[in-house]
Amino acid sequence: MLHQHSLTALRDMLRRKEVSSEELTRHFLDRIGQFSSLNAYIAVDEEGAIESARKADQAIASGQLADLTGLPIAHKDIFCTRRLTTTCGSKMLAGFTAPYDATVVERLASAGAVVTGKTNMDEFAMGSSNETSFFGSVHNPWDITRVPGGSSGGSAAAVAARLVPAATGTDTGGSIRQPAAFCGLTGLKPSYGRVSRYGMIAFASSLDQGGPLTRSAEDAALFFSAMAGFDSRDSTSMAQEAPSVDDLLSKPLKGLRLGLPTEFFDDSVDAEVLARVREALDALESLGAQLVDVSLPNSSAGIPCYYVIAPAEASSNLSRFDGVRFGHRSRDAADLQSLYEHSRAEGFGDEVKRRILIGTYVLSAGYYDAYYLKAQKIRRIISEDFSKAFERCDVIVGPTSPTTAFALGEKTKDPVSMYLNDIFTNTVNLAGLPGLSIPVGFDTAGLPVGMQLIGRFMDEASLLSVGHRYQQETDWHLRCPEAFV
Amino acid sequence: MEWECVIGLEVHVQLKTQSKIFSGASTAYGAAPNTQACAVDIGLPGVLPVMNREAALMAARFGVAVGATVHPVSIFARKNYFYPDLPKGYQISQFEIPIVEGGHLDIETPHGSKSIRITRAHLEEDAGKSLHEDFHGFTGIDLNRAGTPLLEIVSEPDLRSPEEAVAYLKKLHTLVKTLKICDGNMQEGSFRCDANVSVRPKGESKLGTRTELKNINSFRFVEQAINFEIDRQITLIEDGGRVTQETRLYDPDKDTTRPMRSKEEAHDYRYFPDPDLPPLTISEADLELIRASMPELPDARFARLVKDYALTADEASQLTQDSELADFFERVVKEAGGEARLSINWVLGELASALNRDGLSIAESPLSPQRLGQVIHRLKDNTISGKIAKQIFATLWQEDIDVDVLIERDGLVQITDQSAIEAAVNDVITAFPNQAGQVRAGEEKVIGFLVGQVMKSTGGKANPQGVNDLIRKKLTDPV
Repeated sequence: MLHQHSLTALRDMLRRKEVSSEELTRHFLDRIGQFSSLNAYIAVDEEGAIESARKADQAIASGQLADLTGLPIAHKDIFCTRRLTTTCGSKMLAGFTAPYDATVVERLASAGAVVTGKTNMDEFAMGSSNETSFFGSVHNPWDITRVPGGSSGGSAAAVAARLVPAATGTDTGGSIRQPAAFCGLTGLKPSYGRVSRYGMIAFASSLDQGGPLTRSAEDAALFFSAMAGFDSRDSTSMAQEAPSVDDLLSKPLKGLRLGLPTEFFDDSVDAEVLARVREALDALESLGAQLVDVSLPNSSAGIPCYYVIAPAEASSNLSRFDGVRFGHRSRDAADLQSLYEHSRAEGFGDEVKRRILIGTYVLSAGYYDAYYLKAQKIRRIISEDFSKAFERCDVIVGPTSPTTAFALGEKTKDPVSMYLNDIFTNTVNLAGLPGLSIPVGFDTAGLPVGMQLIGRFMDEASLLSVGHRYQQETDWHLRCPEAFV
Repeated sequence: MEWECVIGLEVHVQLKTQSKIFSGASTAYGAAPNTQACAVDIGLPGVLPVMNREAALMAARFGVAVGATVHPVSIFARKNYFYPDLPKGYQISQFEIPIVEGGHLDIETPHGSKSIRITRAHLEEDAGKSLHEDFHGFTGIDLNRAGTPLLEIVSEPDLRSPEEAVAYLKKLHTLVKTLKICDGNMQEGSFRCDANVSVRPKGESKLGTRTELKNINSFRFVEQAINFEIDRQITLIEDGGRVTQETRLYDPDKDTTRPMRSKEEAHDYRYFPDPDLPPLTISEADLELIRASMPELPDARFARLVKDYALTADEASQLTQDSELADFFERVVKEAGGEARLSINWVLGELASALNRDGLSIAESPLSPQRLGQVIHRLKDNTISGKIAKQIFATLWQEDIDVDVLIERDGLVQITDQSAIEAAVNDVITAFPNQAGQVRAGEEKVIGFLVGQVMKSTGGKANPQGVNDLIRKKLTDPV
């Protein structure tokens, strides 16, 4: 079946003209329709997709090939698109169409990708289960009573269910890696500054990074290579060209030092998750990697630090949603103050409001030093922990998330237990480092387990190379949830 | 009791960049509403600011000019508050580390020169405009101005009278125009001022409670507003009341200030470093370039104008207040073969009144400094008479033509042929025997009449002084 092929395999099939882009696109569009009950998509663009596919076929016929020519993809609904609505999973932006394309959208379009639609997500990317979306929860293809993870839950579910071979995601505290782990995918959070944030609706500007959700490290390299690179419209973008797929996959595993932080292998992690990660590490060791113990002594401060900095930035970033120029505007506004109050009260969901309140509080006069400044200091200390650990190893490894996918509704009443999902991922954002989640097996309930690889700044290549080498020897990444075969 | 007022000024200087401080949209004034606001200015979801380097260099130039510290690294911060014409819900400004810190500006007071310390100058973006008219109960928003680069220059509370405040403002106004970082247009809001005003008993060292006056956008209003506010505060205290710290709005129509918001209502702006913008850096190499290209500053120019051209203090001061006028003058002198006295008389006299009559700025003068210099040159070398010079000036106001060509074309050369002048003088003496007789009888004043007749008969081309001498010689000298 066409949908079982990887992004890289489909690219080769298109180039060999074994299949046309239109055929491929129609096939995936059919699946998107067939499995709409997953609620993975917020908007589907059949007409636009077919049109781009036809153009891609003409390009292929005339030999004008770009890296992703004719390959169907999906965008997380946080990336602004001229053609489709961009809702960010919020009532605030229901029906909003941006007058411009995000840099990532532009780049993937010029690489020839065919956009099938926009995927569901936690509202303004705030959540770890996709349950805060105004457009409803997304179901995990491995068990539809469970969450796909979040905030890039729609993209993860869509790729896992083979509705599309690859999708964009964004990761502020784990929003690519955790859903990748929950859905058995390969998800890369690039180094801060690798992928342009222009046109990616901001949650926490100093932490947000766009990246790929794919089925393999090889596919991730292909997709990431097309997304990344310097963008003059983003002042925090690194002045480096995107690495090539070859460079991303060709680092030798032999002699590579994998660091195991003692803090990531403690009792708080589900025993089955730990067991799968250890098996994967044994496999990598037998392939020539060297395992060393390292320490990240301040990682327990990661969650409190993150939940000061991210909401602080979010409270300011979300101020523009005021009902004045775009987005939801309350119908019962009598004056300016009530226009603000009603529009924001009606337009934002509970989790977004909670974080705006936290963020406003920690930035307020009298609290700024105790919270925001203190958190910035902790952030530096966390970064230094990583730097020290990287003196002893080349890649840090551990579980992506303490558990496998939990049940829908299980944690919605308890925000702190929800926040603790990101305990291993959000320090990576605080330090601006690249992180990759790869599937390393299943628990007894048949749910995928993810292992996280953390690299030095700008060293996505080591992560993807390890992932690729591992995937050449294992088949966890090829497993497909039964209902979607 | 004798009172002393203490004034500090915050001046918003609009930097003269082509594009906005964080976007590529044009900063030109007067376009139709919202036609010069791009996605970044409107604050659409997903957009990001990119620093306009030109604005940073202009701010640094100001810092160098006032002898301030230009920080090699300064930080942009977000100032958070909700207002309809503030698209993002925050203004990008500088808070903890501004680009410019310290420095001073010297003003002239009746008691001599006084140095006014500058606290800081920081970069920020302007907001849009709320339009309250013509929208049937709604408010219109024009975001053309949103994102225009501003340099906010904050002085220490060193000013002690409204006159000093005005002198400081005028000095600053001249400086930013000389530095070519601001067009100085106060009607268009390119140079705006807020004043912090307090009073205290003379001799007291503790500061009184201050109020902040907003919306004082002309030199005259600054003086009026501060005067009103000082009187209000003194009366209040003398009547047993207390000044409350608040922001007050000046109403020029009623010449009063009224409260806008009190300290309790003051915003908590929740400043924090803007994560979208890396620290702003100004390198030593940037500063070298700025120093090397620094124009002559007003104080230095004043001194040089007095020294090099023997101008009076008043003349030199008129010129330094407007660097373009001073530039114009110096070009005139050069073209006029170094004739400074005639040049200053013409620039501040004939030229200034013609500009004033037609409502033009010096930059809009139809007459170039080269042309005016040529006229003066020809006047000086006696090619033309003063009367003809004025006639030529009027012609050149209408038509741009080489002065020598014009003199040739219209036959305006002063008559230097002595016999021709003598003949004309003889004719006039013959034609006006009565007046000639009066002169002979010693009535000096009548010579003017006869000179006038000769000038008339020669079409203004005779040299009036020469004619005068000749008439005098013929009628009064003993033969």
